[in-house]
Amino acid sequence: MTLSLLIFLPALGALALSVLPLRPNVARWVALLFSLASGAVSLALLAGFNPAAAGFQFVEAMPWIPAYDIGYRVGVDGISIWLVLLTNLIFPLAIFYSFQAVRERESAYYRMFLLMQTATLGVFLSLDLFLFYVFWEFALVPMYFIIGIWGGARRVYAALKFFLFTMAGSVLMLLGILYIGSTGGTFDLVALQKANLWSASLPLFAVFTLAFAIKVPLWPLHTWLPDAHVEAPTAGSVVLAAVLLKMGTYGLLRFDLGLFAEASRVAAPVMMTLAVIGILYGAIVAFAQSDAKKLVAYSSVSHMGYVVLGLFALNSLGAQGALLQMLNHGLSTGGLFLAIGFIYERLHTREMGNMGGLWARMPLYGTLTLLLVLSSVGLPALNGFVGEFVILQGAFLANPVATAFAAFGMVLSAVYLLTLFQKMFLGKGREADQSDHPHAAAHDAAHGGAHGGAHGSATAPALADLTRREVAVVVPLIVLCFVIGLASTPFFDLMRASVSALFPAGVAGLP
Amino acid sequence: MQMLILLPILLPLAGMLINAAFGARLGHRTVGAIATTAVAAAFALSVYFFAQVAGAPDHAVSGNFGPWINVAELEVPYGFRIDALSATMMLIITGIGGLIHLYSIGYMKGDPRTQRFFVYLNLFVASMLTLVMADNFLLLFVGWELVGLCSYLLIGFWFSNIKNAEAGRKAFVVNRIGDVAFVLGVLLIFATFGALGFKEVFEKAEHLKPESAGVLTVITLLLFGGATGKSAQLPLYVWLPDAMAGPTPVSALIHAATMVTAGIYMLIRSHVLLEHAPVAMQVIALVGAVTAFMAGFVALTQWDIKKVLAYSTVSQLGFMVAGVGLGALVGAQFHLLTHAFFKALLFLAAGSVIHGMEHLTLTTGRHDSDPQDMRNMGGLRAKMPITTATFIIGGLALAGIPPLAGFWSKDEILAAAARTSPAVLVLLGVTAAFTAFYVGRQIYLVFFGAPRSEAASHAAETAPTMTVPLIVLAALAVLGGLLNLPAGFPAEGWLGHWLESVIGKEPHAPLDLALAGFFVVLAVAAIAFAVSLYRRFVKATQADPLERLGALHGLSFNKWHLDGLYRAVLIKPFYAGASFLARIFDQGGIDGLVNGVGALTRELSVTLRELQTGFVRSYGLITLLGAVAVVAYFLFTLFNGIRP
Repeated sequence: MTLSLLIFLPALGALALSVLPLRPNVARWVALLFSLASGAVSLALLAGFNPAAAGFQFVEAMPWIPAYDIGYRVGVDGISIWLVLLTNLIFPLAIFYSFQAVRERESAYYRMFLLMQTATLGVFLSLDLFLFYVFWEFALVPMYFIIGIWGGARRVYAALKFFLFTMAGSVLMLLGILYIGSTGGTFDLVALQKANLWSASLPLFAVFTLAFAIKVPLWPLHTWLPDAHVEAPTAGSVVLAAVLLKMGTYGLLRFDLGLFAEASRVAAPVMMTLAVIGILYGAIVAFAQSDAKKLVAYSSVSHMGYVVLGLFALNSLGAQGALLQMLNHGLSTGGLFLAIGFIYERLHTREMGNMGGLWARMPLYGTLTLLLVLSSVGLPALNGFVGEFVILQGAFLANPVATAFAAFGMVLSAVYLLTLFQKMFLGKGREADQSDHPHAAAHDAAHGGAHGGAHGSATAPALADLTRREVAVVVPLIVLCFVIGLASTPFFDLMRASVSALFPAGVAGLP
Repeated sequence: MQMLILLPILLPLAGMLINAAFGARLGHRTVGAIATTAVAAAFALSVYFFAQVAGAPDHAVSGNFGPWINVAELEVPYGFRIDALSATMMLIITGIGGLIHLYSIGYMKGDPRTQRFFVYLNLFVASMLTLVMADNFLLLFVGWELVGLCSYLLIGFWFSNIKNAEAGRKAFVVNRIGDVAFVLGVLLIFATFGALGFKEVFEKAEHLKPESAGVLTVITLLLFGGATGKSAQLPLYVWLPDAMAGPTPVSALIHAATMVTAGIYMLIRSHVLLEHAPVAMQVIALVGAVTAFMAGFVALTQWDIKKVLAYSTVSQLGFMVAGVGLGALVGAQFHLLTHAFFKALLFLAAGSVIHGMEHLTLTTGRHDSDPQDMRNMGGLRAKMPITTATFIIGGLALAGIPPLAGFWSKDEILAAAARTSPAVLVLLGVTAAFTAFYVGRQIYLVFFGAPRSEAASHAAETAPTMTVPLIVLAALAVLGGLLNLPAGFPAEGWLGHWLESVIGKEPHAPLDLALAGFFVVLAVAAIAFAVSLYRRFVKATQADPLERLGALHGLSFNKWHLDGLYRAVLIKPFYAGASFLARIFDQGGIDGLVNGVGALTRELSVTLRELQTGFVRSYGLITLLGAVAVVAYFLFTLFNGIRP
């Protein structure tokens, strides 16, 4: 019952919100409560989880459509547990943050988030292809509304594009699922993996991969992402980046590598090449953006490229790095979207050209954002470095040339992220920086040559530093960035058995 | 006992955390005192460990604090090891670091971000210690990156001026280019040896089959690529001169004495790999020598007091790198030490000069001239006697005048070049002459003659917290040569003996009187020539006498046009390419295609389209059950269609 409880508690909350006539300020708390309740169950799951077992635990199975052997089958292993925990961390934070940011149709808004939480949890926990597909498609719907109703100026365009683009990929996957189910006689993932009938089937690999690659998004299927992010409300962007994109990479790991191992091996050079292009391309295009949110959206293309690179190294090193990097991306990019939301609420712009000098005026905000930037840059002692390095090491053993190109992402990420930080936080900005002491001005004039001179005199509008709610939402993410960066062992320990089971040969090419 | 080894790192880290958390309430003096005490305590521990290492049977103290990354075959522990080389570096980092902390209390007085300054400075010391105490390549890289972060933050410390922020970003990005090479080197090390610990890697490298020795050349060159970033060598040295935008104590500590020597340290640490890669060694020697020459040439004509020292630092790092490439590891490490003494001294003295030049501005609010431009100085010896004396000592040590520290260490590298590589000898020899010339020029322009600006005539000596570190460093710059005297002297070759447990026995030569004499005469002549030229420089607006050299002067003054070249060949095309990809290729090309397909599909599937708009209008009615029903409906129509 644990997993069912975990999956459906948020949906139950959504039901409660639809049935009970609650005032908005009560509805919020009810939503948070149900979202957190699922989070609490996932902690219990973690406590009861056996890290030594490679297979699925907490398995529940019930017949659903026996004629086709479709069942309600759920279970968790060392791979999905991480994505469940990530989901159940991000959703409550996103909901809690929305208390201050959303004032329109609140009950409906929270219902959407709760439904999406259930759907994504279902995606990560399904052990039945059909059930997986139902959750997979269903996850689209709430996000579609979140963008389309609570989004920005071009929200309808972005929502429709998001919906149709991802739908287009999934329809083919559905055909693949139905083909597998009908020829294999069951939709039971575990049984199908055991039967191992389609390991070398390139067409099946292709239809599944297309659906997943759109979701990741893998270059060149990424153009829905920036539009969706720019129009989505802050919490929607956070969930989209942190959780929904992971459905794609999770799919690659669970289904591509799990069901089509031989085809994956054949396609690996192509996938690695696309991943490397995505790493570099996403970074370069991110650099050229003037909208901070769009910049971070493109950075996702780059970062998720690392995940795909690690997965298609086809060794446990690369895959474990990739799985960790899924978490890392959720934490740091989710955090960055929050950070951009904070300033958007104050300035009503995301154009970096309209910012500048914010660190002097909002020191705490500047420092916390810097930590997220550094995590995303891949600075050691923070999480991003561990994930990236392990991925690169795994990929290097499989394909040194592709990895050498991918490594240049290290330079590019510093280029665009430090540019973002500089444009937003350093310099003087359009209004004068009020906080500098005269002595610093003298220092400035002195040490910067003749350039420091004129201090502007315009009075800047009051810019309050972060509220307690904002701090409470973003600090847990930063703390986890440090925890993973400094003590990654417990994370790897929990995923080791399940990931290694996919690669019985171990890491090839080591002395 | 084992825990103790972490203490040198933990103390500055604790200082940082205390100041970060409570600094705002403590007041600037207390913040400075806490930070300085933390580093001083780390220095005391470094002395303790130095003695421990000397007494230990294997000349090392180590501690393992469990795994940091432990995944599949990759196991990287929090492993630390202090051996003779690390212990030497630790003394420099905490010793000179402590002095510079002390100096900073005076230097940063009145700056509203003093708290932040000391937080960064303590983090730097902790990171730099991690770098030299790590027992494996990846943990070394942690320190390597964190010192780079501190450098970024401190160069852009006065970030309200966007130029400073820009210089910080440039430093970080250029360093990252080197880091790519370094990381690829580490990846290749793991792929080759299946390990990243120094001990295992070096042991396995000794027993590598001759036919796979080529991989060591590649590894060594990649590691050296990392060093060209951090230690400011061609083609990546362009960040270091700009890094002078940071506060002067930072220039002294990070951009002269410690961080920039990380590349040299890393190469000496990896000497086992180098010894099996003779081709790479030749490349390293040549790059070092050319860098020394090019940067020395640029320093000849700069007006900014710190810029001269910055290019000088690049040039001297080139000496050290060349020394490593020539196989003179002790000489390189020796020069690293003496350079840390006299260049930290020169930067701090220059900071004192700048402070003196700002005296007028700070007391009267007037400022008429750039306090870092040597054209505005002159005659400061009368106003700032301690600064003058210590600066001259540092300058002469840099110029290689005996018996000051720089003479002995530079001579060791020149002697090694004379033994093995005439090309390197010529480049370094010419550089030595350049060095003496720009030292003479700088000392004369700053301290002698008559004041050439109001600021210079109103300059005043700085406070004792600043002058005491100058005196201590001056003493070190005088006596530093004793660390490794040539054969035949009392206490000969102490450093060489001390490092034997790390890098093996290196032959120790007596002083080559002809060679040393030649370079001393050359240096004295160059200084005299500089003085004779700049005696006639009496007005700030006067042209540089060196402009008579015409195009050569232009080449030096404009720094070989290297920044312009990079802008034209790399940066501008990158900007243009990024803009093209973002606005035309991505939005027009890929997304245009997508939207085209979308539009076409929409036209074709009218039903679906109406369904979509229906959804939008009735969003409020959607419930879990309803949506599942819709999806399920579609599924089953499709499903029934293809059932066999």
